[in-house]
Amino acid sequence: MTPMLQVANLRKSFGGVVATDDVNLDVIKGEIHGIIGPNGAGKTTLISQLSGALKPDAGAITLAGKDITHTPAYKRARLGITRSFQITSLVMEMTVLDNIALAVQAQDGTSFRFVKPAHKISHIREKATEYLRQVGLRRRANDLTSSLSHGEHRQMEIALALASEAELMLLDEPMAGLGPEESKNLTEFLLKLKGSRTILLIEHDMDAVFALADRISVLVYGRVIATGPADEIRNNRDVRNAYLGEE
Amino acid sequence: MGKITKIGWVTAIGMVALAVLPPFFLMTGQAFYLDLATRLVILAIAAVSLNLILGFGGMVSFGHAAFIGLGAYAVGIPAHHATWGGFDLIASYNGLLHLALAIGISALFALITGAISLRTKGVYFIMITMAFGQMAFFLFQSLDVYNGDDGLTIDVRSELPWINLDEPLQLYGLAYVSLVVAMLLTRMIVNSRFGMVLQGAKGNDERMVTLGFNTYFYRLTAYVISGAMCGYSGFLLGNFTTFISPDMMHWTRSGELMFMVILGGASTMFGPVLGSSVFILVEELFSHFTVFWHLPFGLMLIGVVLFIRGGLMGLFKGKRG
Ligand SMILES: Nc1ncnc2c1ncn2[C@@H]1O[C@H](COP(=O)(O)OP(=O)(O)OP(=O)(O)O)[C@@H](O)[C@H]1O
Ligand SMILES: [Mg+2]
Repeated sequence: MTPMLQVANLRKSFGGVVATDDVNLDVIKGEIHGIIGPNGAGKTTLISQLSGALKPDAGAITLAGKDITHTPAYKRARLGITRSFQITSLVMEMTVLDNIALAVQAQDGTSFRFVKPAHKISHIREKATEYLRQVGLRRRANDLTSSLSHGEHRQMEIALALASEAELMLLDEPMAGLGPEESKNLTEFLLKLKGSRTILLIEHDMDAVFALADRISVLVYGRVIATGPADEIRNNRDVRNAYLGEE
Repeated sequence: MGKITKIGWVTAIGMVALAVLPPFFLMTGQAFYLDLATRLVILAIAAVSLNLILGFGGMVSFGHAAFIGLGAYAVGIPAHHATWGGFDLIASYNGLLHLALAIGISALFALITGAISLRTKGVYFIMITMAFGQMAFFLFQSLDVYNGDDGLTIDVRSELPWINLDEPLQLYGLAYVSLVVAMLLTRMIVNSRFGMVLQGAKGNDERMVTLGFNTYFYRLTAYVISGAMCGYSGFLLGNFTTFISPDMMHWTRSGELMFMVILGGASTMFGPVLGSSVFILVEELFSHFTVFWHLPFGLMLIGVVLFIRGGLMGLFKGKRG
């Protein structure tokens, strides 16, 4: 099986801090690939390089056989990569529906239109409403995004990732700040997506990771210290010492 | 839906007043006030154009007066050559040529300076747009053929079909209709799919890029539209004052435009018009009493920015939002 995403010898440092230290990683089409690691391990930095928000110092990123190491972020989105943000990143001064509609509009490829009001493009509005329904935010559609709760913002992050119809979703701690009930719901939701999308899942919630991931990579101080099937990682001694033992 | 908001009322009353009062002034023999209103409406068009990028695109351009100057010189230079000879290619009183030059050159200037300026953000963007504005200012100051610093007098106004710009009321009518069109155009753009991307990029650039938008390109497009619209206001201003000089492009003029937009309320349709109205009227009032009218003005802006969110239009916002 050729991997959907291949990361080879990726390096990134901030001043003296090596945040990504010679990372090699394969993500196979259709799998949920978990990434775990302690705070400051470089998980977000890795995702940012994959999405194009950060430029690596060295190494290569390949998507479906195509080198995208130097492809700008907006083009990567068009190639089928999307990410969610650990710290919620939304257009707060717009309505919930407008946020999602922008994601749909990006897929529709009709954003360079100046005449018809965006609110009147019914196929886009309907599609966006459907994504809101899927994450359970439909009744909030016309509210200002800034007025939503933290949990609802996290749901919007998921709705946006869905709406961008990306084959590869990079999810940066989607459960961050959610209560146990909400985490459970989101876990079930992602489970339903399994197979239809390829997901790179960063998560601190171990129950969620082990429930969802087919394979897991463990990142410590910017290095991948282990990769393997979820069960194997659970029982790996190094991993227990380096990370799970801390829990 | 259906119910007219407070902001809707203010806009309607303001626009009706601008349509009715100036002709009334003329009929009652107070031509001076028609002049005042003409200047007001022309500057309002410039402010509306700036609001497209400042209010809806988050681009704080500090060099917008350059476009007014370019538009005005697009009238002055061809007219100058038509009167005094030389530069046969453009020497003409033809208003449509002037218009095409005003809009075309402004758009080109916006494209070139915008392509560079929009690589930067925040304070750097403010400074680089100001620098480009000053470049235009110094360029025209150094052009001795057009009297440099002393400026150009336009002896013959642009000749347009149907309209005689020598008639103050017709000139006002053109300016007023242009303002309405500029406002409607802005509203159309802002509400369109393009406008949603533009506003999204103002609110959260990172998110828009993640969704697949090349936000730089959208901003640049808005910048060019805004520059062209502002150049058009320069075409009107040149025909109104019949005297143009590099001073029209000075950074302080750009500052005044920003002042109008922020005072009235950025990212509303009527805000820039309200802002320029207050600006022109207060300037008129204070300059009778004291040459130091800038001080009360500055204090006023600080007051508005500190105490009223969303400028003067913010006063009319409903409970929502
Ligand atoms: N923009 C930046 N400038 C300087 N240092 C940075 C920057 N971003 C991250 N770092 C550093 O790089 C290291 C990795 O940070 P990163 O945010 O990728 O970790 P993480 O694994 O996502 O942590 P967490 O679990 O807390 O989200 C940290 O030491 C962090 O301080
Ligand atoms: Mg992180």
